This record gives sequence, C-alpha cells and structure tokens, in this order.
Amino acid sequence: MLRDAFRGTTQLARFILRRDRVQLPVWLVAIVALTVGVTASFPSLYPTPEERAIMAVTMENPAVVAMIGPIYGVDDYTYGAMTGNQMLLFMVTAVAVMNILLVIRHTRSDEEHGRIEVIRSLPVGRLAGLGATLLVVGLANVAVALLTGLGLFALGIESIDFAGSMLFGVAMGATGIAFAAVTALFAQLTETSRGATGLSFAALGLAYLVRAVGDVSSETLARLSPLGLILRTEVYVRNLWWPVWVTLGVAAVVAGLAFYLNAVRDLGAGFLRARPGREHATKFLGTPFGLAARLQRTSFIAWAVALFVLGAAYGSVFGDLDAFFESSEMIKMMLPEAAGFSLGEQFTALVLAVMAMFTAVPVALLLLKLGSEERAWRVDTVLAAAVSRRRLLLSYVTLAFLASVLMQGLCGLGFWLASSAAMEEPFGLGQIAAASFVYLPAIWVMLGLAVLLLGWWPKGTGLIWLYIVYSFFVVYLGDLLRLPDGMKRVTPFSHVPQLPVDAMEWGAVAVLTLLALVATALGVAGYRRRDIGV
Amino acid sequence: MAVLEIRNLVKRYGNFTALDGIDLEVKQGEVYGFIGPNGAGKTTTIRVVLGILRADAGEVRIFGKDAWRHAVELHKRIAYVPGDVNLWPNLTGGEVIDLFVRLRGKSSAARRDELVRRFDLDTSKKCGTYSKGNRQKVALVAAFASDADLYILDEPTSGLDPLMERVFQECIAEVKAAGKSVLLSSHILSEVERLCDRVSIIRQGKIIETGTLEDLRHLTRTNVRVQTSRPIEGLRELKGVHNVVETERGVTFQVDTDELGSVISHVSRFGILDLQSAPPTLEDLFMHHYKNAGGEL
Repeated sequence: MLRDAFRGTTQLARFILRRDRVQLPVWLVAIVALTVGVTASFPSLYPTPEERAIMAVTMENPAVVAMIGPIYGVDDYTYGAMTGNQMLLFMVTAVAVMNILLVIRHTRSDEEHGRIEVIRSLPVGRLAGLGATLLVVGLANVAVALLTGLGLFALGIESIDFAGSMLFGVAMGATGIAFAAVTALFAQLTETSRGATGLSFAALGLAYLVRAVGDVSSETLARLSPLGLILRTEVYVRNLWWPVWVTLGVAAVVAGLAFYLNAVRDLGAGFLRARPGREHATKFLGTPFGLAARLQRTSFIAWAVALFVLGAAYGSVFGDLDAFFESSEMIKMMLPEAAGFSLGEQFTALVLAVMAMFTAVPVALLLLKLGSEERAWRVDTVLAAAVSRRRLLLSYVTLAFLASVLMQGLCGLGFWLASSAAMEEPFGLGQIAAASFVYLPAIWVMLGLAVLLLGWWPKGTGLIWLYIVYSFFVVYLGDLLRLPDGMKRVTPFSHVPQLPVDAMEWGAVAVLTLLALVATALGVAGYRRRDIGV
Repeated sequence: MAVLEIRNLVKRYGNFTALDGIDLEVKQGEVYGFIGPNGAGKTTTIRVVLGILRADAGEVRIFGKDAWRHAVELHKRIAYVPGDVNLWPNLTGGEVIDLFVRLRGKSSAARRDELVRRFDLDTSKKCGTYSKGNRQKVALVAAFASDADLYILDEPTSGLDPLMERVFQECIAEVKAAGKSVLLSSHILSEVERLCDRVSIIRQGKIIETGTLEDLRHLTRTNVRVQTSRPIEGLRELKGVHNVVETERGVTFQVDTDELGSVISHVSRFGILDLQSAPPTLEDLFMHHYKNAGGEL
C-alpha cells in the first residue's frame, strides 16, 4: 500500500532535478558563496581584538539583537563568534526562502497549472510528487550544509574550526528542511500557490518576529521560533547540537502530516477554502490611480516598513559610535574631512545618502510596474476604456512620487527614533528630516529617467537599476576607493548637499527638480505616441 | 452612417507589413464579421482601431472622428473584449468588471448583475483562479454592462461552452435590436454565419473579400446532390460543374452559383427523382478564397 503510494518517486525526483538544473545550482552557489565570502572578509575588516571587542559592544545593543539575534561569546569575540552572531540568522533565513520557493514550485504551483494531473494519470503513486519534491529539496539542504561547513572550515581562520563550521552548515540545512516541511503542509492546506506562498512567508516572518521579541525579552519565547531555536546552537562558542535535533524532529512530524493530508484529499482541493473576495469593487478602485495603488498595495506597504526598519537599523548603531569610529580606519577613509563636525554627524550624512538611494528602488519599481503590466498585456484593456495614456502614466508617476516623499520620511523617522534612543545628545527631528528630504530631487531625477525610458525605450527600463547601483557605488565607496571626481559627478545623488555637514544649496536642488520635471514631461510625450505592447 | 470606417490602413513592424491597405466599414446597427486565420492581422487591426497601436498610413474614423487623436472621447462609446483576456490575478472578477465599467463611464448596476447571472459567473473568485472561459465571461459582462454604441469583440467565444455561447448570441441580438453596432472578429465560422450581416475576410494583412453572405455565396459554388431515373449524360462537360462524384444515392457535384440555372435545366431532362442543393457554408467560402488566393491555411 505505502509502496504503491510512493511508486515513481525516484523518477519524479530525477525529473525535478532536470527541471531545476539551473535554478538549484544557482541557489546553492549563491548561498554558500555569500556565507563563505562575507566570513572571509571579517579578518581584514576587524584586524585587532580591540576592534572586535568594540564591535561586540555594538552588537549587544538590544536594537541590534532584535535585528540579527543574540550575541554569544562577548568576552572573547573571535571571528567564529562574530560569524555565528552576524551571519547565522541571515543565512538561515535565506535558506528558508530557498526552500519555500522550491517546494511551492513543485507542489501547489504544479498542481494549480494542471501538471500534477498529467503525472497522476501515469502509473505513479499518490504521494510520489510530494515525496520526490521533499527528497530533492532535502538533498539540496544536505548540500548546503556540507558545502557551507567545508567552505567555512577551508578559510583556515583560527577560531573557525571544523566542529563549528559543520554545525553552522547543518544548522542552515536543518532549518531549511523544517521550512520545506512547513511549506509542504501549507501547500496541502490552500488551494492556490499564491495562498501557500503567502502563508509560508507569513510563517517565516512570524518566526523572525517572535525571535526578535524573544531574543530581547524572553528566552522561552525565542526558542518557540525555529529561527530563534537554531541560534541557540551557539555556533563557534559552545557548539550545541540539540537545537538541530529538535528542528529535524519537528520537521519530520510536520512532513508526516503533509503526507497524510496529501493522501486523503482530492487533487486540486485544499483544506482551507479560498476565501471569497469582493463581488464588487470598492469606490477607490475605479480610476487608473486607484488601480495602480490597489495592484501595488502590498509591495508599497512592505517597502515602507522595510525602509523604516533600515533607517532604524542605521540609527541604532549610534550608541557607541564615536569610540567605534576612532578605531576604524575604514570608516575614517569613507568619510571626507570636514572640520567642525563630529564623526557622528558626518556618518549621518553618508547614511542618509545611502538610504535615499534605497528609497529610489521602490520609487522606480512602483513606476515600472506599468511596464510589466504592458508586457502582461493588461494595459490594452485599460486604454480601450476611456482612459488617456497621459492619465494612465501620470497615475503611476503620482503613486511613485507619493512613495518617494513618504518613504524618505519613514526612513528618516526610523533613523531619528533609533538614534535618539541610543545617543546621549540626540539629533533634532527637524535636522534629520531636512537632511533626509533634501535627497528627494535626486530620487525624482531617477523617477523622471524611468518615465523617460518607459516612454521612449520600454525595453531599456532595466538601465535605471544599473544607474542606481552605479550611484550607490560611487557615493558610498567613492571616497574609500579614491574614485575620480568625474565619476561621482554623473549621479544626481552626489549633487545633493549632504546636510548637516554641507550648507544648503538651493541652486543644486532646484536644478535637479527641473531635470526631473523635464525628463518626466518628455517621457509622457513619448508614451503618448508610441505603440503599446510591442 | 458609417460607425467605423477604415481606409487604406497600413501597419508595419520594421520590414514586416502586418496590415497592407485594409479597408472596412461598419454601418450603424450592423453586426460585422471579421474573419481570417491566426496571424492574418485581425487583432492588429483592432488594436489600431482602439488607438493602442499607431497606424503608419491610412485612416481610421469612429463616429466620424480620428481613432488615434480622439481615442479617450471615443472609448466612452466603445466596449471591447480582447482575444486573450489578461486579468490581474489578485483582483476578483467582480472587482475587474466594476473597474472596467467605471473606467468606461456609463453603466447600469442592474444590467451588470443580470449579466453576471446569465453568464453564470462567480464574481467573488480571484481572477488568478479563473479558467480561460471564465476570464472571457468577465470581459463580456464588463463589455455588455457598458452602455456602448460600438462593440469590438476579438474572438470572444473561443473558451465558452455551448450554453454560454448561446447567451453570448442573445446578447449580440439584444445589442443589435437596440441599434448598436458590432465588429466581431472570429474564426468560428458558424458563429459568424449566424450573427453577422456582412463579412470581411482578411489574409496576410489584406482584405480579400467583403460583402453580405449572399454576395459571397454568389462568387462560389453550390453543393448539389441529385438522383435521376436515367444516368445523366454530359454532366462533366457542362460549364461550371466541378468535382463530380458518383455515389450509390446519386451524383454529387459543385456548381458555380451563376451557372446553376443552366445546369439544373440540363439535369432535369434525365428525370429527377430527388434533388438537394445546399448553399456553400462560410467554411467553403473561406477555403475557396484561401485556395484562390494561393494561400496556405
């Protein structure tokens, strides 16, 4: 009976490997390379024990603990302890994301597209599909564990020993397997792949949140989250294995439940009925702007939250900043000489420039959604109604414009709140707000260029990302790498006065705003005369 | 008065000429069939009419106004159902119907709800879960719920079941009775035959035939089957007779429609026992024109 149910599992597993022959290696290489690469850079970033000790103090800050997890081995903050402290949570989360996406792809998504139906009509067991998926994904996690463990050990850094490295890798793999099992369960419960993906990421987000609260306030609570639990391995400090066994045990139970539900349900059905949506649209959804906003509601909110957290993250490091700066040659090199200002103020100016470039990303995304709508052939029907092209495009421009103001504001607010909590002499809110909003014209230039590309050369809209990355590179690392001034001048972000260090320059701000307006107007003109959907 | 008037429309993509001098005229109160195989240029023509693509040459006028320049104003009076209905997977069918109707302007809530009922559509489901037929229903309900003067329908029934196809035909009849005009692109020829007053056949970007079904039939052959008491002599030699086949139940052949009279009078001399003649179906017309034009289907 059970053998029948799993018949064909190995063939299907091979088929999955064939389908994912590019995707899977890319995930593995990216995850392993990121872990090993960042860890390899620690010795050159913090060469002396004193610097590491200062870093450890910063990492003890509750805001930082909430973000990256508890710190173990403060007294002897070795490179190993540092790796466990700063890397494990992020890498474990990345592995979880990989598992969620892979499992959904081969379970509910295939089922929704009717591909499982074809497979089921062959002499293949009822549980073979899920079995093959978990088999392949399980092997991928084993590969992550081994490659990461060996890769870290191969760095040959003194405190990064074999036992710790293997535990680090296994912790990643075990958490990955746990999230694969959880996702497999959700794929049985919901009827749509969207629903299953949403639930799985919600579970991951909840695990992160429970861990954040738990790490700061309650050890028990932290252990209830799979992410919190796995950090209790205290990698490279005490090397505890019990969290790994607990994680794998729970994963086995959840996977068993998923198999059971898969066996007893109808193909295409789920246990959570898809919630019926609205039968009528709300008042809001009746204009091109309403549509643009409704379609991007979720990503808008997610970016707003993310940028607020990013601001808070930068702000939270201000506690022992001056002491930290004095010790770091690298930070000093990144900051140009400016007499009469504290390093804190100079660092603030740099951080706000960086955050402004992050804000440019959602702003451009919100606008370029119109391009992806066009490629999905959904613009035709909107334009076939009584909607002019100018109105359609300007709806997206308006949304992106509002996002630029709101998100810069939230970024600055997060920064101010967190830095005020950490500093003895905090910045004024007005000071930070001004330093943050002064970057808006530069963001608008990016927005205007995106409109220009969409209007005249829709295939080339990807160039905007290249430009943002370039700007980031020259503004953030320009001083460190001693790049020539000419390279910096070709990005709008370098022409913004860096408050509070620089004096306000209304001229530069006005010129940037004007440029943004001209680019937008030209883009609209192009969009009005070109073919749609070619 | 012509509701839609296309004169010598040309659309090129680089070296490729997608539309090569299209002429077409839809009169008020008329259901106009626009037929041709995939890739012939039906959808491209419609997208130029809607001002989504820009014509390289020629003229498109709707209600006497230029289709590109007055697009927004004209679209208030036009309802459109695309061939591939692409909807937003995370909005419900009901939300999309309301959105389209509102973007177009005039609407009636009662009419909308009635259409939802007639097309038997669950409007509370997300579009991502709809089948092709259900997505088409969304577009059809949105189109017929709008109080338009011109309906442009691009293969609107390719995913509908026969029951819904019937509902669709009723909707067309109602619209026509109200004096509205319809441009119906299709390759379901029986549907065009049943609904359309006039027809244009498009092939490789050119209109190769236009007229009422009657007109078109005169240009082609009638199918005849006849049983006579004595064998018919000299049938194969008669002008306008083709494809003579002797069967157990008589002789079948095709006659050029304008030679029909003389052929029948010849045949009648052999003592007709039974005679059946059928007008060419649209499918025959279609094949005829395609073969004559040397095209491959």
